[in-house]
Amino acid sequence: MNILVLLKMVPDVVEDIEVAADGKSLDPDSLRLIPSESDEHALEEALILKERHAAKVTAIALDCEGADDALFTALAKGADRAVKIAGGATGLATRAGAARVARALSAGQGLQPMDLVLTGTQAIDDLEGLTAPLLAHRLGWPYLGIVTQVVVDPASARSTVTKEYPGGCHGEFDVPLPAVLGVQAAEKPPRYVPVAKVRAAMKSLKIETVVPPEEDEPAPLDILQMAKPQAAGHAEMLDGAPEEVAGKLVEILAGHGLL
Amino acid sequence: MSASIWVLVEQWRGQVSEITYEVLALGRELADGLGVPLQAVLLGHNAKALADSLGKANSVLYADHPALVEPTPEACTIALAQLLGERQPEALLIPLTNVTLGIGSLVSAAVGVPVINFCKQVSVVSGGLQAQCVLYGGKIEAVVKAKQKPALFGIWPGARTPDQGRATSAPQVETVGVAFPRDPCVRLKRYVEPEAGDVDVTKQNVLVSVGRGIQSRDNLELAEELAETLGGAVCGSRPVIDQGWLPLTRQIGKSGLTVKPKLYLAAGISGAPEHVEGIKGADLIVAINSDPRAPIFDVAHYGVVGDALDVLPALTEAVRARKG
Repeated sequence: MNILVLLKMVPDVVEDIEVAADGKSLDPDSLRLIPSESDEHALEEALILKERHAAKVTAIALDCEGADDALFTALAKGADRAVKIAGGATGLATRAGAARVARALSAGQGLQPMDLVLTGTQAIDDLEGLTAPLLAHRLGWPYLGIVTQVVVDPASARSTVTKEYPGGCHGEFDVPLPAVLGVQAAEKPPRYVPVAKVRAAMKSLKIETVVPPEEDEPAPLDILQMAKPQAAGHAEMLDGAPEEVAGKLVEILAGHGLL
Repeated sequence: MSASIWVLVEQWRGQVSEITYEVLALGRELADGLGVPLQAVLLGHNAKALADSLGKANSVLYADHPALVEPTPEACTIALAQLLGERQPEALLIPLTNVTLGIGSLVSAAVGVPVINFCKQVSVVSGGLQAQCVLYGGKIEAVVKAKQKPALFGIWPGARTPDQGRATSAPQVETVGVAFPRDPCVRLKRYVEPEAGDVDVTKQNVLVSVGRGIQSRDNLELAEELAETLGGAVCGSRPVIDQGWLPLTRQIGKSGLTVKPKLYLAAGISGAPEHVEGIKGADLIVAINSDPRAPIFDVAHYGVVGDALDVLPALTEAVRARKG
């Protein structure tokens, strides 16, 4: 069984992100790009399936800063291949990015046949839509999102996919393969891999590059402005060492009849 | 172009969700601003009675088909693509929840029209629609227009209140036909109900809630000690549940539970919109986060910039001392 994991590189929001001088985009110098959080879960679910079914896992990412690190890390975690898609869309251009991946998959560039494509259910910059359904439509494959478990029956090319609903309810779905699934959370938390192992992968393993056929992808949206949000209100901030702050909080809680 | 605003009704397991009324309220404003009717689009099977509560709309377009009994993105897309093709409204507003996730993107791809995701607000500007969208975990807002019609808008919970979208009178219902040339390939086998948790967090007066800032499962005990001292329970945000540190029954937020405790203490939680959605009704929100720019401080009543791992035990000790 061949599983493709698509890693989307997004700004790390633990860092400060700044708006560029044009007021409509992000200042690239202020960004540190990391794989989207739920893509890490998609990779973990793929590796779990690899262990169960002796599957082959290919990690793939659009070329940008940080993509090499993400792909070597995927190899260090156990992916069998890492592929970079040269050139083109990242960030807010989710649609063009998904189209690019679809062209790479369809163009007979050594990425077929895939039985399953896993990616995160959504990313923090998915203004134009979500990668998984956009990619599924391009490929003509079934799609399901908010996935928390994938059980595959390779013999019948079918899967039972668990999707999360509100309030902790789950639905179990029958999904024929090949399919594109948007993973919310893997069955287990994403595995940790020591930096030394990633460095070893950088020395001994290779990232392949594919160049998909070019196609014009007009941007569907006009971004008029980007800005840091104006908050309607703000907390009253309490300063001091933890013990001092604790003392102030106790007074506040007492005042609210909570003690 | 039929010049109307459409709202996709989110109905699941026989009920219209609260967010549907929020989006109807928003749709009403937009329709009135453009001088066009508001239509609610209801997809289902033997679900016509659900249209009765949708009177905020001028009319309901009701599509009935056995394939729509479970609102999978695939089935909804097949129906919506036909309806959009036939009638070409100005815009379709889609509530963003776990039930509907993916519908906007699939329909956008199938019909070849734009979707604007993560909208917290949509307004009429110069005779057209403009959206304010929340990106990057709440750290950036973008003002966006679509280049084409009909445009799809994915609407975040909380754009309006549900009461603003309720009406006392039932609307006109137009039953429309949709064809399913083949059965959808993605098929629901069964629902699995959540396991009964030991604690119902929605009934707690005090909640100590942890996020990524708690750093590891081992540090949960700091929250548990404080919760115990205050007579409450521990809960958490999405990342903590995805890591497996707390069960799903303790998850607060858009895809988890909404809580209205007397005290909600958020430790190491950034305050992304999905989480904040679940806590807005709390009487008192206290936030501890090491990032002074964390969005949680915009909704909290009191804030502490600091390491939750230091502040939580200090607070536990201070509460114990006070209680004697």
